[in-house]
Amino acid sequence: MCEHLPREMHKNGKRIVETEVKMATQKLVPLTGDQAVAEAMRQIEPDVVAAYPITPQTEIVMNFSQFVADGKVQTELIPVESEHSAMSACVGSAAAGARTMTATSANGLALMWEIVYIAASTRLPIVMPVVNRALSGPINIHCDHSDTMGARDSGWLQVFSESAQEAYENTIVAIRIAEHKKILLPCMVCQDGFITSHAVEGIELFPDDKVKKFIGEYTIEHSLLDMDNPVTYGPIDLQDFYFEHKRQQAEAMKGALTIIPEVLAEFNKTFNRNHDLLEEYKLSDADIAIVATSSTAGTVKATIDELRKQGMKVGLLKPRFFRPFPKERFVKSLSNIKAIAVLDRSDSFSAQGGPWFSEIKAALYESKKQPLITNYIFGLGGRDIFPENIKKVYSDLEAIKKAGKVKSLVNYLGVRD
Amino acid sequence: MKDMLEIRWHGRGGQGAKTASQFLAESALELGKSIQAFPEYGPERAGAPIRTYTRISDHPISIHSPVTTPDFVVVIDPTLLESVNAAEGLSDKGVLVVNTTEDVSAIRRKANFTKGKVAVCDATKISLEILGIPMPNTPMLGALLKVEQIVSIEALANNVRKKFIKKIGEEKTEANVKAIKRAFEETKIG
Amino acid sequence: MAKKKGWKEIPIGGLIDKGGTAKEYNTGSWRTFKPIVDQSKCINCLQCWIYCPDSSVIVKDGKMEGFDYEHCKGCGICASICPVKCIKMERE
Repeated sequence: MCEHLPREMHKNGKRIVETEVKMATQKLVPLTGDQAVAEAMRQIEPDVVAAYPITPQTEIVMNFSQFVADGKVQTELIPVESEHSAMSACVGSAAAGARTMTATSANGLALMWEIVYIAASTRLPIVMPVVNRALSGPINIHCDHSDTMGARDSGWLQVFSESAQEAYENTIVAIRIAEHKKILLPCMVCQDGFITSHAVEGIELFPDDKVKKFIGEYTIEHSLLDMDNPVTYGPIDLQDFYFEHKRQQAEAMKGALTIIPEVLAEFNKTFNRNHDLLEEYKLSDADIAIVATSSTAGTVKATIDELRKQGMKVGLLKPRFFRPFPKERFVKSLSNIKAIAVLDRSDSFSAQGGPWFSEIKAALYESKKQPLITNYIFGLGGRDIFPENIKKVYSDLEAIKKAGKVKSLVNYLGVRD
Repeated sequence: MKDMLEIRWHGRGGQGAKTASQFLAESALELGKSIQAFPEYGPERAGAPIRTYTRISDHPISIHSPVTTPDFVVVIDPTLLESVNAAEGLSDKGVLVVNTTEDVSAIRRKANFTKGKVAVCDATKISLEILGIPMPNTPMLGALLKVEQIVSIEALANNVRKKFIKKIGEEKTEANVKAIKRAFEETKIG
Repeated sequence: MAKKKGWKEIPIGGLIDKGGTAKEYNTGSWRTFKPIVDQSKCINCLQCWIYCPDSSVIVKDGKMEGFDYEHCKGCGICASICPVKCIKMERE
């Protein structure tokens, strides 16, 4: 599908770059979100990938396996029998000092749950693309964020991608972020199941050598396999030290808030991009605004363009990172908005709204202005969200702005009564 | 071309509606357009009614929801007119492109679509005669291009060649190109 | 007793950054009963060496030579397993 891209081959264990096809890298290639992430993994060429296929992540593992079979990467691919084993193998491999990746969705993430926490607690910088899918039941294979939102307290970094292009780019930059010596936390790179994972878009793939140069070599400080300097990973950690290790994790996550922008700045400079912890779209002069992430942010942008033509001062705040949570950036971006709607693609039953909402609302408690804010749960189990739904939210926000108060804190958008 | 072209494809699982939507999008991408091609996955079974979508624009496409007001609707399987509202969302400027043995007025009645244009093409017959199997998806691309030259027949043919040649070999690939060209010739618009 | 280190001073992730650290942990202080071997009865079957959970039975050239009291917790498994009952547990 990308015949004209620079291609690397391995002959007799030596890496040979086919220079004659090295031009035309700016050209867009038609790829799905899953294929784009597989391309990122090909360019990253991790030492180890241990993964188990699950819809809608399957094409990531499938395409990457093809790269391995074709000799385009020298990655050790471990085809495990379950996600629990996938993450277990990743933990062992990462502790040994190998650059390690896996990928999953929904029930696969649920099955690896126990080891998800262990990966983070052991401070292993595993990068895991997660193609967001509803966590059953009733059984459903389509997009919502209940899978990764459930893992929000696992200690993993979480970045959400609007498009296939962003999923590709986030996968690359996540390597540098996770492996940063002052962070050393695993990272989930999320994109919307089917909506972007299975949609073909024109993707700009960076040149292989540029990606390889950007991510650099990974060296671990204490390798589990260093026989001359033996270490222990994962010993029992009871009342006397466990709390201190958790405190370290909290500090690493907090520190990530200042380090991630530095890494992103380097990424932006290298690849001519404009990534940040969050993205404002026509927000600076907006009266009312939506906070939405992933593919929905794109649909909100298109709706904003339409409403702006009608003179409505509407804007969007698209957070990329949920973990670490950029609290101060939310306060800065949203304090001057008169009425805000936060869109959550997962529910948190009986909580004060969805995960994004409860945290953003809590953040705004520290804002002197405390803008009016409301929550919409939407799109569960892949329920489509259309510009018409977004327009309804903006019209609700107009009413809230006029009335000066929020009548209903948590609302359900697009569900049948 | 208007700001953004939106196309909805109706087919049955296994008839290549997804492939058709991608061929068109990828051909447009080659011309420097922004594109999206995506299926609406329901129950993934051979024969189940499915929809796929293509978006083509001169500007970056940020919307990520299914097409509701298509410019063109392509119906790859004629029996679908009985079970789905194929003309849904089509404006009076829209065109309904149907694989059928019937004529324009019969389809207009059947689809209850009086506002815009209707194009008909017996793509099943063409595919049976040229390919030897009922794969009406590629000929329906020819029918759509007759209605609107979104990309040139040659640009489309080149994309089909690029994608098909490794998969099905040169002979069958060229048969597909031939089927597209014949459908282009035989499509009637009214 | 030494003050335990705070979160800023310990390796991250629960890592133990060197090997053999169990040796530094003087479990001998836990002992309330102490194993004493009667070498004249010992048949050097080394059952005590196999069963000791703290590797505290000292063996040299295939012969049982006594106990490592720095690490012996006084659990009494050796006395219990000894087929000739040549190990007895005495109060500290």
